Amino acid sequence: MHGRTLRRLSLRGFALFYLLAVLVGPVAIISWRTFDNGIGHVWSTLTDPATVHAFVLTLEITAIAVPINTVFGIAVGLAIVRRDFPLKGLLNAFIDLPLALSPVVVGLSLFLLYGRGGWLGDWFMRHGIQILFALPAMVLATIFVSLPFVAREVIPTLREIGDEQEQAAHTLGATGWQTFRRITLPAIRWAVIYGVVLTTARCLGEYGAVAIVSGRIEGQTMTATLTVEDHYDNFDLPGAYSISIVLALMAILVLIAMIFLRPEEATA
Amino acid sequence: MSIEIRNVGKRFGDFVALDDVTLEVETGSLTALLGPSGSGKSTLLRIVAGLERPDAGSVALDGEDVTARAPQARGIGFVFQHYAAFKHMTVRKNVAFGLEIRRRPKAEVAERVDELLHLVQLHGLADRYPAQLSGGQRQRMALARALAVEPSVLLLDEPFGALDARVRKELRVWLRRLHDEQDVTTVIVTHDQEEAMDVADRIALIHEGRIQQIGEPRELYDAPANDFVMTFFGPVVRTEGGLVRPHDLELSLDERPGASEAMVARVVHLGFEVRVDLLDGNGRAFSTQLTRDEEAELELERGQIVFVSPRNGSVGTPGLGVGEELVQ
Repeated sequence: MHGRTLRRLSLRGFALFYLLAVLVGPVAIISWRTFDNGIGHVWSTLTDPATVHAFVLTLEITAIAVPINTVFGIAVGLAIVRRDFPLKGLLNAFIDLPLALSPVVVGLSLFLLYGRGGWLGDWFMRHGIQILFALPAMVLATIFVSLPFVAREVIPTLREIGDEQEQAAHTLGATGWQTFRRITLPAIRWAVIYGVVLTTARCLGEYGAVAIVSGRIEGQTMTATLTVEDHYDNFDLPGAYSISIVLALMAILVLIAMIFLRPEEATA
Repeated sequence: MSIEIRNVGKRFGDFVALDDVTLEVETGSLTALLGPSGSGKSTLLRIVAGLERPDAGSVALDGEDVTARAPQARGIGFVFQHYAAFKHMTVRKNVAFGLEIRRRPKAEVAERVDELLHLVQLHGLADRYPAQLSGGQRQRMALARALAVEPSVLLLDEPFGALDARVRKELRVWLRRLHDEQDVTTVIVTHDQEEAMDVADRIALIHEGRIQQIGEPRELYDAPANDFVMTFFGPVVRTEGGLVRPHDLELSLDERPGASEAMVARVVHLGFEVRVDLLDGNGRAFSTQLTRDEEAELELERGQIVFVSPRNGSVGTPGLGVGEELVQ
């Protein structure tokens, strides 16, 4: 009895220590160091038009990428679980590619595709559409790296609920769309919400792929994460910390929102 | 509404689920599709519902070919073995689903749903969620949901298969009453021959994707078309004359013409019935059933030699050769 209690306490202690060392520690230090040069510097960094623009741009990219990946994730999930088609296994494996691939590689491949002499780059250039070093490429890069999350949450849930409820709805006269809206979507809603939360967090934090395709044009294609690096490179550590803190707060807010949205039976 | 199934075939890969099945179901009847698991009976039901497409053949409802028609447009109600309850909806919402899809006026929906909930005795549980119901209650809800849209054909796929024996018997009686009260043609899929005989007017016995025999329950029992039909309705004993049912074997202590010798291995009292386990001359085990009185008269004991013969007028299968393997 005593041994078991001890073991349990030491397990808890280890879990807590691990979390502190890996997660809470660095975030706490950043929070601490942010105010080294006083609140004034934090304020001036955050109200700097370049910083504000960077945050607006990050939010814009997120606002475009998240809905697209949500619709895509649900559609692909339905296709993989409910339909049979050739090369299904390949599609299933492909969804995980963004998780396996370094974002830098994603950025480079977009660069090659849409850049001068690229397969698509020349066509868009002839038609006067700017992809690279502009919003479109940054959105594409962000969509790519945050693509798997909704699909990966939705697929196991769709498998678990099975298709009997959907068949029952069909026999009761519901069309495909009515069945999706009234039966399937409510049944997978927590998986979708969780997927959206993860996608949002990933979009807000994206750095590698966007760093390559953005061209880092001050006041134009600098996102929040790129601005952090910019301040860091210019030895303005407190400035970098200030922006980092806001990014961290945004991520925490998203996670808290999820906890409140999630019903009790779905936790654990 | 009558159902005509013509020459229907269905394969899943190499597996032949249905092989040239033809079956007619009369308007207003209650027909059971009976067979062991994997016999193709559920596939046939799902083809009638439009949930599965046949590779060959056609399905007609009231003479109208519906083979290519979606399940939504067939005017059927379907009840699944595992209820297929809409988990995020209350009992009331589940039952109302079909009516709300059809955009019926709210008052009408509420009235019809109340009526159905009374019919299935769930009116006290209208605001519960399926997770808060027992299996039997869930299946009654599923039935009410299927009946809400007033289908002319009600299809039930092993509806009581997941319930315990007592509830199963209750619901069986109740389904029969419901069928008689509603103006509906009912087809029920089951693997339980007792359930089929209890509830159905007609039974279609299916095995390995083919219909073995169609008829009233009595016909299948009293005049089985082949060994499979015979063995499906309970245990059988192979005698020199063919297959007979254990209760159609007569025991006597005196030798008589046509009777064969056997040794009593065990006498088991099962209430009204007595089962006598026997060994024949070749050492093969078989059993007979006697009434308590018959056994009392014989005063059987273990190790005793008795003489076994089929009773006059007992049921056997035609064209049966000695030495054929049992299909059980």
